[in-house]
Amino acid sequence: MAARRPSPGRTLVIFFLGIAVLYSLVALTASWKPALGLDLQGGTRISLKALNSPSKDNLEEARKIIDQRVNGTGVSEASVTTSGSDEIVVEVPGDTKNRNELEDTVKRTAQLRFRLVACADADPGASATACAGGSGTPTLQRAAPFGADKGKGGKGKKTQSPTASATPTGTASATPGDSGSDQPSDSTSPSTDATTDPAGDGKEWTTQDSLDWAQAPDAEAVAAYNALSCDKEGNVVDAKGKPGATTKDPKVAAYAVDTPDHALVSCEVRGGSVIKYLLSRSVIEGTELTDAAAQIPQNQVDWVVTIDMGNDKDKANPPGSPGAEDDFEKISEALVNTNRLFAIVLDGKVLSAPTMNAVIHDGRSEISGDFNETTATSLANSLKYGALPIAFDKDPKVEEIGPSLAGNQLQAGLTAGAIGVLLVMLYCLLYYRGLGLVVVASLFVAASITYAMVLLLSEAAGFTLTLPGIAGLIIAVGITADSFIIFFERIRDEMREGRSMRVAVESGWARARVTRMAANTVSVLSALVLYIFASGVVKGFGFALGLSTLVDLAVLFWFTKPMVSYLAQFKAFNSGHKLSGLSKETLGTDTPRTRVVGGEA
Amino acid sequence: MGKMSRLGNDLYQGRKSIDFTGRRLLWYGVTILIVAAAVAGLAVRGLNFGVEFTGGTTFSVAVGAGNASQDNADALRDAIGAANIENADQPVVTTAGDQALTVQVQNLSPEERQQVEDVIEQQFPDVAPNDVSTSDVGPSWGKEVAQRAAIGVGIFLILVVIFIWAYFREWKMSVAALIALIHDVAITVGVYAWSGFEVTPAAVTGLLAILGFSLYDTVVVFDKIKENTTKLRRRNQSYGDAANLAVNQTLVRSINTSIVALIPIGAILYVSAVQLGASSLQDLALAQFVGMGAGVYSSVMLAPRVIVNLKSLETEVQEQARRAKARQRAEAADRYAAVPAVTAGRPARETGPEGLEDDDSFRIDVEETDDESVQPAQSPTVAGRGRTVPTQHRPVAPSSSSGRNQPVRDPRSKRGKK
Repeated sequence: MAARRPSPGRTLVIFFLGIAVLYSLVALTASWKPALGLDLQGGTRISLKALNSPSKDNLEEARKIIDQRVNGTGVSEASVTTSGSDEIVVEVPGDTKNRNELEDTVKRTAQLRFRLVACADADPGASATACAGGSGTPTLQRAAPFGADKGKGGKGKKTQSPTASATPTGTASATPGDSGSDQPSDSTSPSTDATTDPAGDGKEWTTQDSLDWAQAPDAEAVAAYNALSCDKEGNVVDAKGKPGATTKDPKVAAYAVDTPDHALVSCEVRGGSVIKYLLSRSVIEGTELTDAAAQIPQNQVDWVVTIDMGNDKDKANPPGSPGAEDDFEKISEALVNTNRLFAIVLDGKVLSAPTMNAVIHDGRSEISGDFNETTATSLANSLKYGALPIAFDKDPKVEEIGPSLAGNQLQAGLTAGAIGVLLVMLYCLLYYRGLGLVVVASLFVAASITYAMVLLLSEAAGFTLTLPGIAGLIIAVGITADSFIIFFERIRDEMREGRSMRVAVESGWARARVTRMAANTVSVLSALVLYIFASGVVKGFGFALGLSTLVDLAVLFWFTKPMVSYLAQFKAFNSGHKLSGLSKETLGTDTPRTRVVGGEA
Repeated sequence: MGKMSRLGNDLYQGRKSIDFTGRRLLWYGVTILIVAAAVAGLAVRGLNFGVEFTGGTTFSVAVGAGNASQDNADALRDAIGAANIENADQPVVTTAGDQALTVQVQNLSPEERQQVEDVIEQQFPDVAPNDVSTSDVGPSWGKEVAQRAAIGVGIFLILVVIFIWAYFREWKMSVAALIALIHDVAITVGVYAWSGFEVTPAAVTGLLAILGFSLYDTVVVFDKIKENTTKLRRRNQSYGDAANLAVNQTLVRSINTSIVALIPIGAILYVSAVQLGASSLQDLALAQFVGMGAGVYSSVMLAPRVIVNLKSLETEVQEQARRAKARQRAEAADRYAAVPAVTAGRPARETGPEGLEDDDSFRIDVEETDDESVQPAQSPTVAGRGRTVPTQHRPVAPSSSSGRNQPVRDPRSKRGKK
């Protein structure tokens, strides 16, 4: 035992090195002031006005989804409320640096659809008729100069053929597509209006119908495609430059509105150029996703959003199809090794239109596009928590708001904290004397670690300090001090049994450690469960509780215990000096007691 | 300090002992009374949920460019707070941009709404009534947030019960810890109910903190109980005595913990009372103070009692208690007479030393009976006790030294070892 026990001095040195590393991390990444919450610092308020007077339930559902989006990752404790009959108010603490992204996250409808590309056209003005008739001419001019098609299906291939998974890409990007070239569009091709039985085979519109249609779009669709064009921002407009959805001809206008069972004309903005697409009905809906996450795939540099489709028959689109996973497999089988494209459409705009590099069996896929970390994360969150049931006014009211609590509250909280900690230290010094110094030092160390962690986490996870949070940290002082009390009382008990201090420290530690671990397991358990299951403020609380418990354990194991062991080497402590806190008098063992013969009961 | 330390030592050695496990009726009565009072408060007065839970009313005050300063917001907050409007006693006033203030209060009746508007007008005479717009806000803590939190707490409790069960190898400790927890939470909720404090999200997190603290403190005390009760046989203690000793031994720790834990909260209470007057911070601190106090109290006074009560229903524990009691009586009566009789497993005959003869109990450990004992005589049943008088192993003869009948003693080498 003794041989394997690390020397207290070494543990202390390593521990302080750890703290130094922690603080250098703070110096490198975070600011020296913790981010304060809505109640102490104020933040940004975004008021979203819903269009077309939504029902109460829809508004509440939208509120819930937005709440999940802003509070889904991190613990910033943003607040989302409904206001009046058609408004949703989002308040986010701090002066948000990425205000535009935040706005996007909040108001994005996040209706994701996978559609098949029938025609595509890089230059809205010049070759607007490229798709007409469709026979013989290569209609798909992809002007994409850089790899937007990259990595499609990389995820899926990983499970199927790991060897091919590293294909990064750009390979397909310059290929002129010829999706519409084989067949002339004729009367037998499925029409795109709301008919449910296009093929006349007695079945509803299926994925296969969409595949066929994409090969040969009907004349009406092509006409609408030609009638509409894209402006610089990627909006669909008619010949007069008015939004496509307001075009007089209702048949054309229908193509500019993103509905699942209607073909769509849409645009993609990529690096300054605009590409116009004619897209089939939606073959996979965003509601069919089971998960979405932002990441950088291996061997690549750009952020993508990975998605995972479920195979839920009930959610399947079109209705009656076996489910997204199977649909996607079918599509990928049809599209693989061809130059035919499919498009990922978000809220009516094409995010990217890649080719299929491999057959995807498990419904896993990636969305690439012009993402950085923030936008990818924002999109992934939006997709994960579902599409909003209502649409919002284009320009929400965004304003800075002040703190909701008076300024003196923070001051009072901090004063109270200082007084409280001071009194705790004083009490420990009076009661434990020499050992009290260890308590004081331990509290300082714990405080400095907690502060550094709060700084780091406000940078990494958006952790903000609210007044209740500060109160929680102050309360945690008592619990932290309790771990020292348990330890010291154990040492005293051991010494009352007649052991010397140096022995008592070790044997007392062995027993205090078990108690401490058991008790802290309860705390960590509660913190974990609350963090996982709750949201908003409660999540933040779980976070702070878990943090302070772990810091407490770290300080006890790596600072307090080695410190006491170290001090036990010195005569001042182990000789039972009056000021050591472990003298006979303070233990209460100084009076020669009349020992009951025959042992204690 | 010396006195406290001496007390600590005495408590540790068991020379001073406070009965923390007995007088169950009294203390259960007290507990039930407290919890009943809390539940009654909940039923009679209900909880005063804040804007975050119920939704409320928002006043938007266009105070004109540049006037939306923090000072004005604070002034308005104080003015509305001082106006004694029932549902607007703790308004949340924030600046919005640089030319508007928003005031958020609980749901108001039309009259109250008018009162608030009057206060705003007094505060900002320049603001035309048209510049004050009101709208209803929905709760930000809707049902499903509360639901998710409740699910989280539920799962946490299940996990904790399993953890305590696994750690102490004793489901009864889980039950006792849960009872103590319910007691603490009931008291805290009761404080909110009777005082009419606004229940804010901060209050909820405070309650969760108490949840954790209560269990944590109980686990610390139980750990000592477990340690003390594992070697009952050897120490000749009953479960109840051992548990009581454990609570006494941790008493100093419990006192210190409560002092150290309550000092910071006390400081918050004091400072917020002096500096701020009524505020949500003060409410939170007061509830925490009571809750934490209850946590320490219940882990000393309630949880050990419950566990001892539950354990005392076990036959094994009952037997051990009887054994220990007999041993104690025997020692008290005649220390030395008891020694061989017990250790060697030799029963005294019916009219043995007073201590052993006592009708309350003493059952011989059959395992410990020496083999070379004399033919066991079939012993008669003591009337009314339903217990078998231990078999007589040795002949008994009048002894000159003690003046009464004594068993014939074996030679020292044949006696059982102590």
